[in-house]
Amino acid sequence: MTLALAVDISLTLLVLAVAGWIIAVRDTFAAMIGFVAYGLLLALVWVRLAAPDVALTEAAIGGGLTGALLIGAAARLRGTEAAARAEYPGALTRTLAAVLAVTVAAALAIGVLALPDPTPTLAPAAAANLATTGVGNPVTAVLLAFRAMDTLLEAIVVLLALLGVWSLAPDRAWGGCPGPRRLVDPDGVLAWLARLLPPIGIVVGLYIFWIGADLPGGKFQGATILAAMWLLVIWAGLADTPPISRTWLRVLLVAGPLVFIVIGFAGSITAGAVLAYPEGHAKPLIVAIEIALMPTLVLTLALLVAGAPQRIPPQ
Amino acid sequence: MNTPTLFGLCAVALVGVGLYGLIVNPQPLRKILAFNLIGSGVFLLFGAIARRGAAVGMGGDPVPQALLITGIVVAFSATALAVALVLRLFDEAGSVTLAPDAPAEPPDA
Amino acid sequence: MSLVLDIFTIVAVSAGAFFFLAGTVGLLRFPDTLTRLHALTKADNLGLGLVVMGLLPQAEWPFDSIKLIAIWLFALLAGATVGQLMARAARREQTTP
Repeated sequence: MTLALAVDISLTLLVLAVAGWIIAVRDTFAAMIGFVAYGLLLALVWVRLAAPDVALTEAAIGGGLTGALLIGAAARLRGTEAAARAEYPGALTRTLAAVLAVTVAAALAIGVLALPDPTPTLAPAAAANLATTGVGNPVTAVLLAFRAMDTLLEAIVVLLALLGVWSLAPDRAWGGCPGPRRLVDPDGVLAWLARLLPPIGIVVGLYIFWIGADLPGGKFQGATILAAMWLLVIWAGLADTPPISRTWLRVLLVAGPLVFIVIGFAGSITAGAVLAYPEGHAKPLIVAIEIALMPTLVLTLALLVAGAPQRIPPQ
Repeated sequence: MNTPTLFGLCAVALVGVGLYGLIVNPQPLRKILAFNLIGSGVFLLFGAIARRGAAVGMGGDPVPQALLITGIVVAFSATALAVALVLRLFDEAGSVTLAPDAPAEPPDA
Repeated sequence: MSLVLDIFTIVAVSAGAFFFLAGTVGLLRFPDTLTRLHALTKADNLGLGLVVMGLLPQAEWPFDSIKLIAIWLFALLAGATVGQLMARAARREQTTP
């Protein structure tokens, strides 16, 4: 037990050191790479907190996708670094900020140390009703049955974020392809990796998606891996991002939330409540929602990283 | 000191570090990064509370854990929107300064 | 028999941890990008390989073992490719400052 606590303490110190370094380091690009390392360390913390589903999500989305997004943005904004350093606030502002940060942290720390014991928990309720959903992973059951409303709204929020990103396109590029056209050596290492890895990555992504019903994993983690494979092929120059005016793209983006809403409202007729499942049919309906959400999530996550349309749409 | 309390205090410190970076660093991209640090601190605090709710053979309360997955995905999409805003500002103005008295540069023709 | 396997695990994982330590020291101490990449790939390839090899007797045959070996192979592939890409970027920056 003491050995485990020693591991936890060193992990805590490492996470805090990397976080401090991310804030303090001068070079923004280095800070972004530090953020990826930070995400992976946090994934280890999630494992120590007995939350493997969250660990997978943190590593894939918190570290991987967010990291790729921020590193790309930092590379584009490199020219603005020198000017920004001149705006660094004076000693007074820094001291006041430090005082504020310490005050907020201290107030929260008092809250942490005063948490009620025993903690209120919904684990027994989740365990008692797990059998009615037909899935074995309690986190998946919460996501798609007990708290399905959250997941539905989340799918719509992610889609709205994508619409927000798209709406930042210049007028002439509306309907065009997101991001710059990647011109990479077709015989280079990156193109080679983009040919070799996706078939394996697709299998791994679908496996993590499918296993999520009973073991740690699920559609968000699987969709992130599939999105990463698509982005790899795009960044290696082997394929291009689709113009955002394509009908198939828009249909797939809407299909996931739409199927979720249709099944949800059908529940008000067949099961007596919106987003309820008729008895005995929960598992197939959950699987149907997940399969419909999968392409939507893959496309949305990848296109959020790809950014606003930048090129004039094809005729 | 047990594991959830330790990581709860770690989460609290992360919120403090992120808050300091959010105020002090002038670059918008670094502010987005600092905001993500605050966010991960909040998530971690929630996760520590979920771990305290371990019962009936589960390692933690599954309800907060599921909400955390939702939260991480939403945080990513908010970050993507913020980054897109900064990049559009850069394309329009040629700089990304947030200083109120910065000279307005004409956009490139 | 299980004692022999446990000792094998301890020895192999410790050796792997040593390579990670050596790789990290190299990453921090070596003078330029290429030598630092060299240190890093050694840590990944050998260190992770030894850790995986040490864990194999403890893993459940066949699926957990296959997953462990697959993780090592993916790390090898990613390490080799990213090492190449970073070395190229470093050389490009050197020749066109």
